[in-house]
Amino acid sequence: MEIFLVGLFAATLRVATPLIFGMLGELFCERSGVLNLGIEGTMFLGSFVGFAVASQTGSLWLGLLAAILAGIISGLLMALLAVWLGVNQHVSGLGITLLWTGVSLFGFRLIFGDPKVPPSIDSFSPLSPFGEIRILGPIFQQHLLTYIALLMIPLVWWVIYRTKFGLNIRAVGENPEAADAAGLNVYMVRTLALVIGGALMAVAGAFLSLAQLGAFTYGMIAGRGWVCIALIIFANWHPLGVLWGALIFGGISALQLRLQVSGLDLPYEVFLALPYLVTIAALAIAGRNVSAPSMLLKPYRRE
Amino acid sequence: MDAIKMQDITKRFGDVLANNQINFNLKPAEIHALLGENGAGKTTLMRILYGLYHSDSGKIFVNEKLAHISSPKDAIQLGIGMVTQHFTLVPTLTVAENLVLGSSGTAILNAKKIQAEIAEASQRFGIPVNPAALIRHLSVGERQRVEILKALYRNARVLILDEPTAVLVPQEVDALFESLERLRKEGLSVIFITHKLNEVMTVCDRISVLRDGCMFGTVEKAATTQTELACLMVGRENFGVTRQAERQPGKSLLKIENLCVLDKKGLPALKEISFDVRAGEILGIAGVSGNGQSELSQILAGMLKPTSGNFLVDEQDLTGAEPAQITAAKVGCILEDRHSAVVSELSVTENVALMHLDQFTKQGVLDRKMMRKEAEKLIAEYQIKASPDDRIRTLSGGNMQKVILARTLSQSPKVVIAAQPTRGLDIGATEYIRSKLLEQRDRGAAVLLISEDLDEIISISDRIAVIYEGSIIGIVPTQTANAAQLGLMMSGSTLKNREVASGTISN
Amino acid sequence: MAQFRIERSPAPVWMRFLIPLIAVVITFIITSILIIWAGANPLEAYYYFFIAPLSSRVSLIEILVKSTPLLLTGAAVTFAFSASFWNIGAEGQLIAGAMMAAWLGMVLKGVPPIIGIPIMLVGGFIAGVLWALLPAWLKVKLEVDEVVTTLLLNSVILFLVSFFLNGPWRDPISGWPQSAEIASGTMFFKLIPRSRLHFGFIIAIAVILIEWFVLSRMSFGLRMRAVGMGKEAARFAGINVQRTMLVSALISGGIAGLAGVGEVAGIHYHLIEAISSGLGYNGIIVATLAGLNPLGVIPAALFMGLIDTGAQSVSRALGVPIYLGTVVQATLLLVTLGLFVLQNYRIRRV
Repeated sequence: MEIFLVGLFAATLRVATPLIFGMLGELFCERSGVLNLGIEGTMFLGSFVGFAVASQTGSLWLGLLAAILAGIISGLLMALLAVWLGVNQHVSGLGITLLWTGVSLFGFRLIFGDPKVPPSIDSFSPLSPFGEIRILGPIFQQHLLTYIALLMIPLVWWVIYRTKFGLNIRAVGENPEAADAAGLNVYMVRTLALVIGGALMAVAGAFLSLAQLGAFTYGMIAGRGWVCIALIIFANWHPLGVLWGALIFGGISALQLRLQVSGLDLPYEVFLALPYLVTIAALAIAGRNVSAPSMLLKPYRRE
Repeated sequence: MDAIKMQDITKRFGDVLANNQINFNLKPAEIHALLGENGAGKTTLMRILYGLYHSDSGKIFVNEKLAHISSPKDAIQLGIGMVTQHFTLVPTLTVAENLVLGSSGTAILNAKKIQAEIAEASQRFGIPVNPAALIRHLSVGERQRVEILKALYRNARVLILDEPTAVLVPQEVDALFESLERLRKEGLSVIFITHKLNEVMTVCDRISVLRDGCMFGTVEKAATTQTELACLMVGRENFGVTRQAERQPGKSLLKIENLCVLDKKGLPALKEISFDVRAGEILGIAGVSGNGQSELSQILAGMLKPTSGNFLVDEQDLTGAEPAQITAAKVGCILEDRHSAVVSELSVTENVALMHLDQFTKQGVLDRKMMRKEAEKLIAEYQIKASPDDRIRTLSGGNMQKVILARTLSQSPKVVIAAQPTRGLDIGATEYIRSKLLEQRDRGAAVLLISEDLDEIISISDRIAVIYEGSIIGIVPTQTANAAQLGLMMSGSTLKNREVASGTISN
Repeated sequence: MAQFRIERSPAPVWMRFLIPLIAVVITFIITSILIIWAGANPLEAYYYFFIAPLSSRVSLIEILVKSTPLLLTGAAVTFAFSASFWNIGAEGQLIAGAMMAAWLGMVLKGVPPIIGIPIMLVGGFIAGVLWALLPAWLKVKLEVDEVVTTLLLNSVILFLVSFFLNGPWRDPISGWPQSAEIASGTMFFKLIPRSRLHFGFIIAIAVILIEWFVLSRMSFGLRMRAVGMGKEAARFAGINVQRTMLVSALISGGIAGLAGVGEVAGIHYHLIEAISSGLGYNGIIVATLAGLNPLGVIPAALFMGLIDTGAQSVSRALGVPIYLGTVVQATLLLVTLGLFVLQNYRIRRV
């Protein structure tokens, strides 16, 4: 039982890491009033760029840095469309996802050809801060990025709730007219939020290729971005809710892996689908009680 | 020495002269009322002072120095603050966060320090607020205090309040007046835009009256009376009763019984309203905006459900009915907001047909020829300047309103509900729409006219009901109505005053 | 002092026709970065991309083949978006239709095509409706965001497909994770012998014409558009907003389901895991390029089919990765979106 639980907790943290980065990224976007459906594509792009740069330069850190830059570019593109031009956010976000999916696959094919076995790199190795200590040791044998993800949650909370920049983001997401009247540049605040969001989403993708897998595959993201979009509602747009959302989804996913191994007589796809179905159920129950940023999906136009 | 002096201010919106050569001065440490009916130009003048509008001509002096105010930022720099009717607060932020939003300061918010500063300011000006409270948990009155404090926090010495009491309950009004007295003691000046006479008499030092974009003089409070102000504001001692032959109204077609509803903030917007409108008469509901008229028309259109009470059309109970049922019961509604009555991206023809789609449908397929014929007929009959294929959003306000009117009246409704039917329209369209409403009355329909335009109410109604703070204050036959009486009723002055003004109020 | 101001004013009519052309040119310029990266000459690449496919009969037919599912998903998305139900789930609804087709293909052994094909169509439509039912119902009853639910269900149905193909439906003959070949009586007939162009193309065109008729000529279509353009005004006009949205969402799902039937019964004859790979999402591009006009779906889908075919031809001729097609499609979408907005603005001197 102990081995089972320890394994479960360790796997939960692993699965939760990209979700935390992705959700925090989406949180910045949505709190400023922009639904960024480009998340799935931005994660894919981060995953690809990180992998490609790391494998070409041999430096995982350069890979991560490149992924962040790619995420920033993605955020700027979304800002151009959704903030400055005021295009429909659903369609522009999906367009960005398609664009980065195409660009990543294009680049991968160009650099790596069409190999039978996916190319791999030596990924980030896990840290063991608790060494051989019982329970804590194995649970916290995690990648540095996992620790960063966990630290990001209070950090993002602090930025959102305790800095002027965070205040500005919350204001433009709730009442841009009031923010404008108070002398803020609504467009600029939203652009910055999207840039930070894009960078975080790209890190989420880079975690998968640089730490978890050490490889890049076509089905790399597999809807994780959409999961973030859903979980952010579940998290009620709050950084601490992000932790719970990611841990619950990660926990169900990890449990699913364990149960498969345990030889339970249920098709494993049921378990794969379970977190998605649970999320839909949670949305239905949360229903109207959630407090979405009230200007979500509404482009701001100065009169 | 004047705190503010505005000289020969003129402002035009298209053909409308909103401010015509207005002179206005504000002394230090005074509360100055800007009195006038809706559309008299009060708000325009103050928006110019606050930099939201730019005057076409005229000069503004702040502390005797010529000032160029091109944006609210300039106004704030000059120590002018304004609290508009639409609060610019972010509901999910705390009071303290709203106050520091956009102000210069450190990148990291020191909540304790900010809250202490605000508590200090709150103490000094006698405006109690809880800096840590979320705006959305505050009542309207508390939000207003935050708005005032926000201006003071930015060192305002002149405070403009645009109809501050319109959104307040009486207790909050008293608290507001106390705060204003305190500010006056601190040496601040307040400009108080209003049309409520009793408030003017309670709190102000001087009163300036605007009518039709012109300044009709400034008086000391001590040297005037409510009745005099009412006449000055409305602009006529008596109304010429030049109405066409009176008809004997028939049976009651629209009956409203004890209707109550809450507004979006959960405050009572209508309090036990009862009246009825008979066949062949026009009942006008007069009142200053925001006294429950919107809610009343929304309920009668089926867009809002009352919390209690009933409304019956020809003895059929339609309380809580959907718009489709109300239309089917031969009630025609003209909504206050034209743009929510039409689908702006659809054509004139489609909008005409939309309301009565079944008449234009054969086995689910639209009879487009018939739709077009109907649209062409109505366009000709109602002199609408548009072609049937024009998208409705491309039409002028008057033509859009005529389409709505045509669509409604072509069904020969038993009851017509017209909310602000001529708001923002030119004289031609206004006259036309009024004549059409009279036509309906003569045809035998019951017409309920809800309007903030007193001239309109007087010129076409048979009876006038005055609504104030969600209650019907009284119903008077138009023939016996006079300016002072209606002006006082609309200003919600006390019962005693009303009795003095006229003995003919029926209830 | 001269001052300039950006003003809103509707674009002249000629502008609307020019926009697709400008969008294509801008897309060329942007995407040529990737072509240069791949070591090819952009002009040469665009010859293979747009001219070569139009100059041979085989590839012309291939364009029609590739556009067939896009016509249907584009029509599906157009229908739902017209009532402002943001159905991002055409992908999942298409797969639902494909699963139904695969199952019917297994059970309808020995039926003649005259019976088999209509059953396939009805079955696929119903499957799409059912897969759209949950998001539509949640939206109308509980105001749950349909974008999120349809996206999540797109992922869920992939697991469902994977379960069936690795379990009960695994092809007993080949052992591959694909369903058994469907019965011959349920296969769509070819429109042109020895080509891949199948009956589904006719269905797609027919659906679009019907959809155009419904949206522009029927009272339900007018109600839908009214709801899509202004819910409050629609309600005031006596329209049941919720029911209208629900019905349009379900029909949209059904149309997407038909696209799935076409892929199984007309192209693959098996259900495979990669049965869609983005056809539903591309339907959103088609609908946007078409400006949500059903008749516009036809040229938009054909153009998308041309890009798909062209990408194959560039890939064969110059070794440029085939994913260039996806990039061009996505870029075209984003550029067109931007131009749609900009066309409504003018710079005026004040």
